[in-house]
Amino acid sequence: MMKAEPWQKAEIPGPKKALVITKPEVVVAMIKRAKRPILIAGSKVAEIDIAGEKLIDYVIKLAKAGKIPVVATAHTVGEFLKRGFKPDGFMPIVDIANRLKDPEWEGLDGNGPYDLALFIGMQYYVEWLILSGLKHFAGGLKTLTLDGVYHPHASWSFPTLSIEDWAKNLRVIIEKMEAGM
Amino acid sequence: MKKTRIRIDELKSDFATIKGLELSVGRVIEEEWEEPIGPTPFPSITDLREWDLKLLKRYKPFYMPFCDVCCLCTFGKCDLTGDKRGACGLNMPAQQSRIVLLACCIGAATHIGHARHLVDHLIEKFGRRTPINVGGTNVEVEAPVTRLVCGIRPRTLGDLEEVLDYLEEQLTHLLSVTHTGQEGSNIDFESKVFHAGMIDQVGMEIADIAQISAYGFPRADPDAPLVELGFGVVDREKPVIMVIGHNVPPAIEIVDYLNDLGLLGEVEVVGLCCTAHDVTRYNPKAKIVGPISWQLRAIRSGIPDVIVVDEQCIRADALVEAQKIHAPLIAASEKNCLGLENRTDDDPDKIVDDLVNGKVPGVLILDPEKVGEVAVKVALKVAPKRKKFKVIPDVSEVIEGSKRCRQCNECRRACPNDLPIPAAIKAAAGGNLDKLNELYDDCIGCARCEHACPENLPIHSFIVKAAEKKMKEETFKVRAGRGAIQDIEIRKVGGPIVLGEIPGIIAFVGCANYPKGGREIAEMAMEFAKRRYIVVTSGCAAMSAGMYKNEEGKTPYEMFPGDFDAGCLLNVGSCVSNPHIAGAAIKIASIFARRNLRGNYEEIADYVLNRVGAVGVAWGAMSQKAASIASGFWRLGVPVVVGPHGLKYRRMLLGRADREEDWYVYDARTGKKVYVGPTPEHLFYAAETKEEAMVMIAKLCMRPNDTTKGRAIKLTHYIDLHKRLYGTMPEDIHLFVRTLADLPVTMKDEITKILKEKGWKETVIPDPTLLPRLIRKSEA
Repeated sequence: MMKAEPWQKAEIPGPKKALVITKPEVVVAMIKRAKRPILIAGSKVAEIDIAGEKLIDYVIKLAKAGKIPVVATAHTVGEFLKRGFKPDGFMPIVDIANRLKDPEWEGLDGNGPYDLALFIGMQYYVEWLILSGLKHFAGGLKTLTLDGVYHPHASWSFPTLSIEDWAKNLRVIIEKMEAGM
Repeated sequence: MKKTRIRIDELKSDFATIKGLELSVGRVIEEEWEEPIGPTPFPSITDLREWDLKLLKRYKPFYMPFCDVCCLCTFGKCDLTGDKRGACGLNMPAQQSRIVLLACCIGAATHIGHARHLVDHLIEKFGRRTPINVGGTNVEVEAPVTRLVCGIRPRTLGDLEEVLDYLEEQLTHLLSVTHTGQEGSNIDFESKVFHAGMIDQVGMEIADIAQISAYGFPRADPDAPLVELGFGVVDREKPVIMVIGHNVPPAIEIVDYLNDLGLLGEVEVVGLCCTAHDVTRYNPKAKIVGPISWQLRAIRSGIPDVIVVDEQCIRADALVEAQKIHAPLIAASEKNCLGLENRTDDDPDKIVDDLVNGKVPGVLILDPEKVGEVAVKVALKVAPKRKKFKVIPDVSEVIEGSKRCRQCNECRRACPNDLPIPAAIKAAAGGNLDKLNELYDDCIGCARCEHACPENLPIHSFIVKAAEKKMKEETFKVRAGRGAIQDIEIRKVGGPIVLGEIPGIIAFVGCANYPKGGREIAEMAMEFAKRRYIVVTSGCAAMSAGMYKNEEGKTPYEMFPGDFDAGCLLNVGSCVSNPHIAGAAIKIASIFARRNLRGNYEEIADYVLNRVGAVGVAWGAMSQKAASIASGFWRLGVPVVVGPHGLKYRRMLLGRADREEDWYVYDARTGKKVYVGPTPEHLFYAAETKEEAMVMIAKLCMRPNDTTKGRAIKLTHYIDLHKRLYGTMPEDIHLFVRTLADLPVTMKDEITKILKEKGWKETVIPDPTLLPRLIRKSEA
């Protein structure tokens, strides 16, 4: 299944839709090209099983490999801490989204606004709406979802993938980031 | 007297000629009432705009459009992506706030229309001079919201008509604002959203005080009777009449007719949603099946022998589903006629014959008394014939049906909660129904899965069958809606609340569109009641709060007293009872703090925002009514937390804790501006998870006026919940500490260290207000 259509079928986005990521290497290139990427990890990262691991474990590997700051939303920070990983920040999804849309926000570290926000592990409809808010109102920000389902409100999204293909894509991204490619 | 305008263009008489004379007389306000009238009785849609702008400057809208277009007029569709404007000139922020206003107008219209019908009916039945009595001598402030907004105190049912006239006028203006080419500013749309919410609160209050007064519902009674709740409480051996909806007169007439026949108890009267709440307030022998989203499973299970629907939140396919189980349906509201023939003027026995013999699947009867008679007679005659015929398949049918599943995922992609239905069906095909049974707890009962299924599998019914045993064991208690809060209760808790020593009032309200089932409501309500917050419930959330049993078999309403006091859990009643919660906050300002409330909205809202640690939680908010209820709380200064589905209201009202300049108030004693931290941080906020919500609820209870003791108590709960549910200390503690005396004793060392790291500086605790006119001494 490789469809660039919304996972929840009634969610019809409008004219501006996410570009489809056909290869994981595209994600690597996007991250490399970004000056200030940030990774937003949602409340489902510790729930979703993906090819024998929890999604949160992929997130941690990716964050480490790409040296990407992580914001844990909802109560997920505890799950990261249990795994010995301290996110750069934790706050509600609506709070981080509200800050990302503000061009004057200086970021978690005070070094300026972010130019690429990667999203992963939220309820589909939550991510849908947050990405829509950013699409319309965060002019200088590009968004990329790493979820295995198509999110048309992002700037870039995978099509809807099988769990196996999703896991494979995430592994490729992590490997290439680790290799510095 | 209402607004009167006389205009004479030209009048000639023997002694004078008058041209262009215009006389305008506003409302004549009661002068017997000693309380001076405030600045905004019967406010227009702009009279409270300045207050709204103050709120909206701090709590800015964050919009999340469902889609990129506007399709409300024939100019469109218009693509509003980013900073584009449509053919009418509107941009996306304004369009989103316009949609929010539309939703709130729908919600307010629903409650105000409900109130109008109810008041008309009750005046006809009981008389215009029926006194308003919501608590006898225990409740002198009988209608705090109406007093606050309108500046009048209603004494009789007849007095409510004037208020309804005002509400209907305002609603018409508000709805007109959403027309193409009207309002162009998103912030002004938002101000009007607040206005819609405020008049909605008045409309609900009118409805509830009218029905309490006329029907003798519990009058501010902390010991209102415990009534039976859940699927398992229905005696299926008896004829069953199931009432669904919100407007209770038809259900009450059913109870009265049964009483007259001596059959109450022989025939079961059970209900879903707010009609169920209100019929149990009238007679606790009636029973509540559950919240509104359980309609489908309740009907398909074959329990009802006759179904009576009135208005609001009723499934549009109720008639179709009723036909499947051969249960006649009676529609009892002109708002929900379902295409049925109007039999209001027909002989009741003829209607009964037609329904019993299956000549018609249902009828429309717009006379509540006749509904009562027909429903009872039909139930008695149909029950022996139907023998509880149901459309829930048996286990073999579930297994065989599941074998037809293509694993196409369409059901899951249609499911609002993304439940793993295909995996459960696959297991069922192999004879294991456990996974289907597990889905039951998180299923909101919408049946979108069925409509998506290319094999037309009755998936929802499969789930219900798999959980059949569990459903039959659902036997709980809920305290019947008590209505208002007593004045004496307010006197008792007013001080501790305003000083912060009772850590907060938390109201679990609204619909049942839960992300993970209703149990989360019960878990949250019990947690905060144990922590000695005042926990209030209403509507479907009040039912869900009761659906839990401890090791002794006690339900939450049996575990906690029903007073308005610390550590209590009280159900105020149905949707239209929500203003008793707002009213409690208002009465704290008026009874405890002796602020005038008559037509004095802005000052009281300023008081509530800065001093009353109240938070509304609509964890399963679904409807437009929930949107307008929430907006009524926002204008009053009460933050509202919704569950993740609440993001679909497309707009949050968010504070920015990191922007220090947003969190200054005036110290009314000195006129100086004082930093008070983000208290409360947000006005409308959606949480992803229950755990996140609980931490935020505790945080949102903090107010600038908290004493050091009160703040220490509130911080204790915030930090404790944060550590337990997030596994770490909060990172924003320094924003809530004004002086070292705010620190909880047991955490002093730990927090002091954090304060040093954050470069914290001590500040003062002001007499807080956002209104310069309330400053007693100018800074100069």
